[in-house]
Amino acid sequence: MPDFLLNALLAGSALALISGPLGSFVVWRRMAYFGDTLAHASLLGVALGLFLQINPWLTVMVGSVLLGVLLMLLQKQQNLASDTLLGILSHGALAAGLVCTSLMANPQLDLFSFLLGDLLTATRSEALTMAGVSLLLLGVLKLAWRPWLCMALDEDLARAEGLRVDAWQLLFMVMLALVIALAMKVVGVLLITALLIIPAAAARQICQSPAAMAIGAAAIGVAAINLGLAASYYWDTPAGPSAVLVAVVIFALGFAARRSQ
Amino acid sequence: MSELIQLDGLSLQIGGKLLLEQVNLRVIKGEIVTLIGPNGAGKTSLVKLVCGLLQPSAGVITRAQDLRIGYVPQRLAFDATLPITVAGFLALTGSSSQAIQQAMVRLQIDDLASSLLHALSGGELQRVLLARAFLRRPSLLILDEPAQGVDINGQLELYQTIAQLRDELNCGVLMVSHDLHWVMAKTDTVYCLNRHICCQGAPELVSQHPEYLQLFGQNAPAIAIYTHHHDHHHDLHGAVVPHGGQASSAATKRFSPSTRSHSCNHPHTTPHKH
Repeated sequence: MPDFLLNALLAGSALALISGPLGSFVVWRRMAYFGDTLAHASLLGVALGLFLQINPWLTVMVGSVLLGVLLMLLQKQQNLASDTLLGILSHGALAAGLVCTSLMANPQLDLFSFLLGDLLTATRSEALTMAGVSLLLLGVLKLAWRPWLCMALDEDLARAEGLRVDAWQLLFMVMLALVIALAMKVVGVLLITALLIIPAAAARQICQSPAAMAIGAAAIGVAAINLGLAASYYWDTPAGPSAVLVAVVIFALGFAARRSQ
Repeated sequence: MSELIQLDGLSLQIGGKLLLEQVNLRVIKGEIVTLIGPNGAGKTSLVKLVCGLLQPSAGVITRAQDLRIGYVPQRLAFDATLPITVAGFLALTGSSSQAIQQAMVRLQIDDLASSLLHALSGGELQRVLLARAFLRRPSLLILDEPAQGVDINGQLELYQTIAQLRDELNCGVLMVSHDLHWVMAKTDTVYCLNRHICCQGAPELVSQHPEYLQLFGQNAPAIAIYTHHHDHHHDLHGAVVPHGGQASSAATKRFSPSTRSHSCNHPHTTPHKH
């Protein structure tokens, strides 16, 4: 197996391991659109990184965390319809990101690689970094599992029982921002949310407990990445979109299997 | 007397709308306190203030140092994509599986252990939520209209269970209820709420109070009508028999807030008529 493919498999699989379980929470808490907003805004983070000449990953992470916290505060106002608000911010940020990157006219900048991912160019050290971060995030997820699950069931109940909901919510935002920053490399800005919600939705078709669904989503995500990369290798299709397409097919199969029972 | 919670001069204003005004209320250990009042009276807001889910615009809430709240909401706000069984839900309290088993037996839901939470009926869900509160060994049990969505036979049992849990846990109980039969039979203190506290005290006293009569019907054998605005009754075998449309719509109309608008901004030191 060529080295670049091995790196891609390692990086992609590592991301899928964490994006599946985290995506389950995104699905349970009906935050798909929220994730979309963070994802689209990450392009603005890239532009900022290039402008300040620091690592775009860093600006994307910091930017996403800040935006996530801002959204969290805005949603507390409750006098703005939150899907409209998210829609405005999401597409506003994407448009701003596209304009900014084009204004900079940086010859090194390949806009397509940010929009659609460039998993096949991952270096060994990038892949190892992603694997390390993913493992770390899995550890955090295990720690936050019970409080997050209580919040997904009923935030009021969790709060009344004395859970520090705001602190756990902040941790969720940070983790979501980190995963989005990682996923940008794998599937690109436009398809990040797909990697969060499609494996989780597919796992829901066959799983009967939260833990099973989280593990199932991780497994389906890993399978989708690997099959997508295989397709990319043999038929020269773009890697990220191929992986998302495989996830959609798995979801459709699960959906059909469940309906026919 | 050991106060579990005490509210002094509590007001709540949201978006320019005054939902609660100068509310004083307290719950002591072992006491069952019931909040009654028409729709939109602010009962749920008051419960949320006590639980710390809302912050008051004015006034003070004093909580006992060792206050441990067991909250039973009307329903859970979770998505059906979250597949969790009753046993899994109860396990989130961190209790031992033995304690969970005992709680399920105690609340008669042990046969539901592997049922999915979102597939439960209203009455079953209330029992599960009670079991969860019970596992936390609360010093104050807070329930928001626990009998809503529970059939009439189930309601009586549910209320009895709540009274028994009070004895077993020696906790205070604060609950919102529409069932005046229950209020009269089992409650220690009633607070009649219509944005402000109209009257309070032992059920027998409150039921004689002019403001209570004003709110709940003065020209009728009030309690009986208010208690059962069901749209059906049960025959001897327990099957549902629907009422004629007329009777039930008349009963609903009597208690809609629009026909009994009650608003006043003066202090309520003496009984009065509007």
